[in-house]
Amino acid sequence: MRLLTCKNLDIGYHDGLVARDINFHIDEGDYLCILGENGSGKTTLMKTILGLTPPIAGEIIFAGGLIAREIGYMPQQTLLQRDFPASVWEIVLSGTLGKSAGQGVQRFFYSAEQKKTAAANMQRLGIKDLAGKCYRDLSGGQKQRVLLARALCAASRMLLLDEPAASLDPKATEELYVNIKKLNDEGLSIIMITHDLAAARAYANKTLTIGKDIVFHE
Amino acid sequence: MNDIINQLTTYFSYPFVRYAFIAAILIALCSSLLGVILVLKRFSFIGDGLSHVAFGAMAIAAILSLTNEMLLVMPVTVLCAILLLKQSQAASGVRGDAALAMLSVGAMAVGYLLLNIFSTSANISGDVCSTLFGSTSILTLSRTDILVCVVMSLIVILTFVFMYNRIFAVTFDESFARASGINADACNLLIAVITAVIIVLAMNLVGALLTSALIVFPALSAMRLFAAFRQVMIASALTAVVSAALGITASILFSTPVGATVVVVNAAVFLLCCLFKRA
Ligand SMILES: Nc1ncnc2c1ncn2[C@@H]1O[C@H](COP(=O)(O)OP(=O)(O)OP(=O)(O)O)[C@@H](O)[C@H]1O
Ligand SMILES: [Mg+2]
Repeated sequence: MRLLTCKNLDIGYHDGLVARDINFHIDEGDYLCILGENGSGKTTLMKTILGLTPPIAGEIIFAGGLIAREIGYMPQQTLLQRDFPASVWEIVLSGTLGKSAGQGVQRFFYSAEQKKTAAANMQRLGIKDLAGKCYRDLSGGQKQRVLLARALCAASRMLLLDEPAASLDPKATEELYVNIKKLNDEGLSIIMITHDLAAARAYANKTLTIGKDIVFHE
Repeated sequence: MNDIINQLTTYFSYPFVRYAFIAAILIALCSSLLGVILVLKRFSFIGDGLSHVAFGAMAIAAILSLTNEMLLVMPVTVLCAILLLKQSQAASGVRGDAALAMLSVGAMAVGYLLLNIFSTSANISGDVCSTLFGSTSILTLSRTDILVCVVMSLIVILTFVFMYNRIFAVTFDESFARASGINADACNLLIAVITAVIIVLAMNLVGALLTSALIVFPALSAMRLFAAFRQVMIASALTAVVSAALGITASILFSTPVGATVVVVNAAVFLLCCLFKRA
């Protein structure tokens, strides 16, 4: 089933175009890797898909009942987060906020159901015993798994990952890729930005290369 | 020891003193909750800048001899807070910190200049001093000041309770929060407005120059000791309340200026927290 189509999409910010004429589509269960040099516009494309930056021209078409806020998103890590005082539990739980469009008090406090979602996703990634740990004390690989669990809380069908393996050692990278592949096998569609050509070749069934020319390969 | 207790009992037997005490503690509590957010968002410099703007506005209000200075000071400060927020988000133009530096120094200079030229008061330096460093005693706070403080503080605290999850999400990771449908702009706006309100309120207590101490110190102390967000928030609030209570009591006993005493206690608590390593 088709989930997402980008048609003649131009992306950028008000002070300039970043990449133009992007065409690709994602079906259910797809694993798309986005490749390209630093500054070529990969993150911008992701933000445009999520509706965080408006497209300059062209169309993004959601299909099969997918809506933007049901896409799980794992942003590129920021410096600000490194020493943020928060427990793993607090972070993963915050991933459920998008789904809490409930009524009354439900809008302000976490429901039992949200807590269950968070716990289940931590179980899924094997970080249940980290729940009470402080985020800033975790290793790089553990941090990424926490952010992945948070993204899963928001995702029902699609995950967008922005360089999830940046600053991980080869072992942690491999573990993370195996985890992501497992999620893909469970039916989630994956869009991942990476500089790792080998990983793209090993896991992805589609690639999109952003640069002077935009190349979509199925 | 008995003398001290007697002195305090006499003081606190006046309902007016009790109200002032409660108002001061509520302000300290609000500042400390906000402080955690501002420090984590790397926005604490905005709080500092805004307090200078509030001083400028206060000077103008004094010259116009408004009966209720808040009516001018509050809107001006809120407006500046919103402008600064927008400025700090824009990628281009004058850099956020430079714009802030200009605004805050400018407001101080204009405020002092205007006071000097137009003030009808016989004791200008006394007025300026108490606006900068706070009233010499909490007894000089007016009844309306205290009522406004209590109401505003309660609104701020309730906002924090109800918006807690959202504020956490936006502070920790704004892009993710936006992507999951949280209105991050509204959250940031809320934080900017609360900052302005708290700074204006705190100015009555500790004076314009010392407000950022109330905002920053408890948050930093709490972050020394704790590593989860909720714990940090609670610890920050407790530190602030205890420091404020101790500071005000000390200022009554030793007849020292309230603002400075409260800030010194806060600083001492921070140093103490530095000695303990995080568990
Ligand atoms: N908020 C913004 N406003 C204006 N321009 C921006 C903004 N964010 C990024 N840009 C510009 O857009 C271009 C593409 O940036 P983007 O972050 O999408 O690159 P990227 O492909 O993700 O790079 P990297 O591999 O380093 O993550 C860059 O030239 C950058 O300077
Ligand atoms: Mg990027």
